[in-house]
Amino acid sequence: MFASHNFRSPLGRAQGLGTAKEGLHHWWAQRLTALALIPLTVWFVAAVVGLVGSGFEEFVAWLSAPCNATAMILFLGVSFHHAQLGLQVVVEDYVGHHGWRIGTIIVVKFMCYGLAALGIVSSLIVSFGV
Amino acid sequence: MVEFSLPKNSKPTKGKTFSAPAGAKNLRRFDIYRYDPDTGANPRIDSYDVDMDSCGPMVLDALLKIKDETDQTLALRRSCREGICGSCSMNIDGGNTLACLKPIEDCKGTVKVYPLPHMPVVKDLVPDLTHIYAQYASIEPWMKNDTPPPSSGERLQSPEERAKLDGLWECILCFCCTTSCPSYWWNGDRYLGPAILLQAARWINDSRDEATGERLDNLEDPFRLYRCHTIMNCTNTCPKGLNPAKAIADIKMKMVERAG
Repeated sequence: MFASHNFRSPLGRAQGLGTAKEGLHHWWAQRLTALALIPLTVWFVAAVVGLVGSGFEEFVAWLSAPCNATAMILFLGVSFHHAQLGLQVVVEDYVGHHGWRIGTIIVVKFMCYGLAALGIVSSLIVSFGV
Repeated sequence: MVEFSLPKNSKPTKGKTFSAPAGAKNLRRFDIYRYDPDTGANPRIDSYDVDMDSCGPMVLDALLKIKDETDQTLALRRSCREGICGSCSMNIDGGNTLACLKPIEDCKGTVKVYPLPHMPVVKDLVPDLTHIYAQYASIEPWMKNDTPPPSSGERLQSPEERAKLDGLWECILCFCCTTSCPSYWWNGDRYLGPAILLQAARWINDSRDEATGERLDNLEDPFRLYRCHTIMNCTNTCPKGLNPAKAIADIKMKMVERAG
């Protein structure tokens, strides 16, 4: 676990750099977004099933309804927010090298928020008929 | 850091086989992990045939019989032989437990005995617990008060307040739970692990202690506390039947409670 030439005391090593003074916010946000995703995912699956066999015009009309557009934007935003929170934990668990860890987390966050923005803007364009 | 294979010099090889004395009829085979740092050789798995007609019922009985009668070079920790001291924790038949509380007849086939997983090994079945003891010291496991004790000398507790320590005070620090936790395997340098977090909960829940906030501050960290992903290996393996996962969940809920 430790290099043999490390003369720091065991307690010094255990205390490391001290506490980050955060962690609760991330953990709580993961639970809240998971909770929000239960009804949003049920809605999304039901909507997709309901739209099976519909044409382009019908889909545009469906997404132009304020409730559907709102739910779609919430679903996209919350899904990708939840995904980046969860992926950050996975990366922290499995990537040991600090540089790789930070780099991977940056890529994950940029990708998730980029995809969320793309999905939301696309939904707005369709629903407003721009 | 996550490791999916053993380091090069840690892969066990096949070792020696020690047969039981002639005439023994009721035999049971024990495969035991052996490592001697002085030789520089890889660890090996030695096999011992033990005569169960002259052996006690627990795995510790067999290990001590082997050490007494067959192979004095076998190193292991033991003391109380009744599940109170926590010394003889090791990996038996694929699970972490206390050798003194594990009946041999509960093991399937050959009894496989290894040291606690993913810890540096001092010798044979003796793991190096230096870091885990330092982590224990880091949570300051003693009563902290600004209020002087009453003139009677005792800090009183109601039966209800005392009941909050049940399921926590019984921990004997054998570290079966911590060394069964994948999160501790991968990030044990920073994650405190179930045993130490259960001990932290023991002091956080103590009505006589006045450092609750300070103790929670000391755990507010993505690695020290939040590496617990409720895998539940800790609760499954605890030889005392305790529930460290619940103790950790209670700490998280106290974090939520004080935030709003």
